[in-house]
Amino acid sequence: MEPTAATVSPARQITVTINGTTYEREVEARKLLIHFIRDDLDLTGSHIGCDTGNCGACSVIVDGTLLKSCMLLAVQADGASIETVEGIADDDELTKLQQSFSDRHALQCGYCTPGMLMSATALLRANPQPTEEEIRKALQGNICRCTGYWNIFEAVKDAADGAGA
Amino acid sequence: MSTTTTTPTIAPDVVETEAPAKQWSGQNVPRKEDKRLVQGQGVFVDDVKRHGMGFVHFVRSPFAHAHITSIDVSKAEEIGGVYGTLTGEEVASLTDPFFQLSTPPGAHLEDYALALGKVRFVGEPVVAVVAETRELARDASELVEVEYEPLDPISDARRAQDGQAPILHEAAGSNVMWEGVYEWGDLDAAFAEADRIVKIKELHFHRFNSTPLECDGALVEYNRGTAQWTIHTNNQFPGFAAIMMGPAMRCGLDKLRFVTQDIGGGFGNKITSHPQLVVCCLLARKLRRPIQWTEWRTDFHLSMSHGNERWFHDTEVAVKADGTLLGFRTKALDDAGAWLRYEPLGGVIWAQVTPGMYRWRHIRLDFTQVATNKAPVSPNRGYSRMQHLWFTERVIDIVAHELDLDPVEVRKRNYIRADEMPYETPNGCVYDSGDYAKMLDVALDLIGWSGIDERRRDAEARGKLLGVGIGSTLDSGTNNFGQSRMINPELQFSGNNEVATVKLDIFGEIVVTLGTTPQGQGHETTAAQVVADILSCSVDDVHVRAGHDSYWNSHAGFSGTYASQFAVTGLGAVKGATDLLAGEIKKLGSVILGAPEEALELAEGTVRIKGTPEAALPFMACGAIINANNAGLPEDLGVTLNCRYVYRPQFEVPDVERKFGNLTLTYAAQVHAAVVEIDPETGAYDVVDYVAVDDCGKRINPQIVEGQVMGATAQALGAATHEQFVYDEDGNLLTPNFYDYHVPHALDMPPLQTGYIESASPFTPLGTKGMGEGGGAGIHAVCAAIQDALRSRGGAIVWDSCNPYHRVWEMLEHPERTRELVEVVER
Repeated sequence: MEPTAATVSPARQITVTINGTTYEREVEARKLLIHFIRDDLDLTGSHIGCDTGNCGACSVIVDGTLLKSCMLLAVQADGASIETVEGIADDDELTKLQQSFSDRHALQCGYCTPGMLMSATALLRANPQPTEEEIRKALQGNICRCTGYWNIFEAVKDAADGAGA
Repeated sequence: MSTTTTTPTIAPDVVETEAPAKQWSGQNVPRKEDKRLVQGQGVFVDDVKRHGMGFVHFVRSPFAHAHITSIDVSKAEEIGGVYGTLTGEEVASLTDPFFQLSTPPGAHLEDYALALGKVRFVGEPVVAVVAETRELARDASELVEVEYEPLDPISDARRAQDGQAPILHEAAGSNVMWEGVYEWGDLDAAFAEADRIVKIKELHFHRFNSTPLECDGALVEYNRGTAQWTIHTNNQFPGFAAIMMGPAMRCGLDKLRFVTQDIGGGFGNKITSHPQLVVCCLLARKLRRPIQWTEWRTDFHLSMSHGNERWFHDTEVAVKADGTLLGFRTKALDDAGAWLRYEPLGGVIWAQVTPGMYRWRHIRLDFTQVATNKAPVSPNRGYSRMQHLWFTERVIDIVAHELDLDPVEVRKRNYIRADEMPYETPNGCVYDSGDYAKMLDVALDLIGWSGIDERRRDAEARGKLLGVGIGSTLDSGTNNFGQSRMINPELQFSGNNEVATVKLDIFGEIVVTLGTTPQGQGHETTAAQVVADILSCSVDDVHVRAGHDSYWNSHAGFSGTYASQFAVTGLGAVKGATDLLAGEIKKLGSVILGAPEEALELAEGTVRIKGTPEAALPFMACGAIINANNAGLPEDLGVTLNCRYVYRPQFEVPDVERKFGNLTLTYAAQVHAAVVEIDPETGAYDVVDYVAVDDCGKRINPQIVEGQVMGATAQALGAATHEQFVYDEDGNLLTPNFYDYHVPHALDMPPLQTGYIESASPFTPLGTKGMGEGGGAGIHAVCAAIQDALRSRGGAIVWDSCNPYHRVWEMLEHPERTRELVEVVER
């Protein structure tokens, strides 16, 4: 008999905290973190736009570090604390950054937006008053095909103004 | 010729003339869509899950052209967790080939949802494998054994008509799929009158597409009791998918329910997923479980919706000594790829913009579309008109270059003038309104035209070559499907339509459903703005359902979101339905308030007696009375408060013999200007300044319009500089992912200024024009700017629409190679 999924890729038990909730799940060793987040936990805010780690739609913050969750296996996140777009605001409120994305029309289809928000959130935590060049560098790993980025730069600048972001 | 459409309503005059000044249209109303999207609560197709669903993975052809000699799925099917497979032979037994739009030879293509007997491009789906996880489906696909007998491929359209060229489709007997001659005016007279004839041997518009960040996908369920499929998908033109799928699957359209919510970008590229949707439908029925398909990025690049690649050969332009352009003739060779999935209909819609923005009246274009061993072409933002308008803009700039004329002056001399609007083109299209010269002035002012020589010297001092280029272009919108008859007189398509319903529910909820499938264009917001203005309420009180569902009964044959039309067809339908509802509210108000309808007005969410605001009936009461408390109402009241309207632009069927008629209702226009600086040592260059000026008539939401302008510009910059689907001689795609296919990133974006003018369309209900596809201007502008910059270094002609650094370097090193492409004949 040919090898099966079970023999090729044994399942492992992992514990991951996402947006403050701790999940214990059995995952196949080969499962990508993004598929674990989206398919197993049904947190579908983080998206997938490529197969190669280029697009950044799956960006999340893992133990304080911005990462592309398609470039990690779920088992590598065992024990980690992860933030996704669903967790950056309290309850139904929007963060200043989320609000400025809307105010500045920094999104159209909204598919890249969660990844953009995570990259910008990580930037503003590390650097509350970034220059435009710093904003551009921070978003260089996120592809948007709708906006041309210009309004995204403005939205991040707005969110940075007056600190507090 | 089209005329202004008036909407029949019960009491239109009162609403139109006495409603308060427009409050919402024209404002930057924040988008209703945004909150869910910034919270990560949108519902995109891959977010839809069902219990027990199986994941599809496609086994794809590794060859560009080959016979399939055998397929063995047994090893894959033996794996635990694999639910089943589907092959081309099964597809051929269960379905008929997709209907072809073309006359012969293209009409003879037998296009099935999976390859049958032969493969014709790398990445063509051959077998579908379904398993309980994505990963297992992919692994099991490796165990499917397909044997091929490779054939010689064609990866260059110019080879397709060689006597020795292999034939892709034996049934067609030729690689020519469709050809036609388009000729208007008097070419002989124009060339006899010309003082100079500029000849251009070859121009090439390259192959790329808009690469929406979300790839294609579907979640398909089959209901065995009703024999109906529910297709959750991001297909952006369900009306087209349905008429392709129904006959092929031998079922009525009522058996195909299409549902979308949020779509992660489309740009036309998500129109022709019907083959994959058929595979999912067949598998859902065969395997008795929901079927999930999410396309991989690599698969999208390999197989979906490439933009039309086009060659222009033996162009001749008739020019007067003063720069007046009389006409041109050219031979367009269109590379359709391996299948005609929306062709040749899409390929020929350049005729909507035959003369571009110019007054020349004598035009001949010999159009030939051929099949090659590449991915099939399909709609892509600017579809076919972009190729043609790039050609006309190249002609303008090459003529100016060769005759030493100022490209700005040539444009101004030859632009169609504002006082000539509405302007009938040589082929019967009617440009509705516009002022191109004024747009150019705005663009030149913003780009700093008057100081450009100083900038040129400054760049030279830094060792750089500076060039400036103009790109002017049209975004024809609300197409007349009657143009399909010019490729095939038997086709029974003409006109266009779109649907909306607006209702007032029991608690006064205003609920709008659209037939469209937006992918980021903000339809929920702009529809609410139009409704709120007519009903004199707040946009916050208007609930526009997200997405599309063919169960809503708010769709028609051409429903979808494509071809720059929502502001006309979609909002025309919304306006029509809302006008009907406003009339019904007044009719009911008349009965309840005991006053004639003429004495009533809608204000502050009520219907009330003018001058007596306390005599008011809130919308909530109206909804409650009709829906739940209607005893005693007059028998013939005729009020449902649930109004459906089909907007139908006024079109005639074109004259098929002359290829003459109005092919689109509106013509938005764009004038872009680009400044580039080239490093003469390497050919590397930067776009250092950029201006985009837009005119799309009345703007319902200026911020959304500007967002479309920006996005289209960014795509054009990507296409002009780097993005291309490159095939090697064996037919392998060399750019199958975002490593090799370089789309613009944050650091690539030049400084951008936008400008606009508003030339209201006289032909549309709201004075709007469809827009969003005008980005082609950016390709034209960058090509022109590069050519301008190279003027002092041998005067190379920019002959290709994509100019990565190596191509610019080649033009610097060997200007003579492109100089050979042009010739001026003095008369």
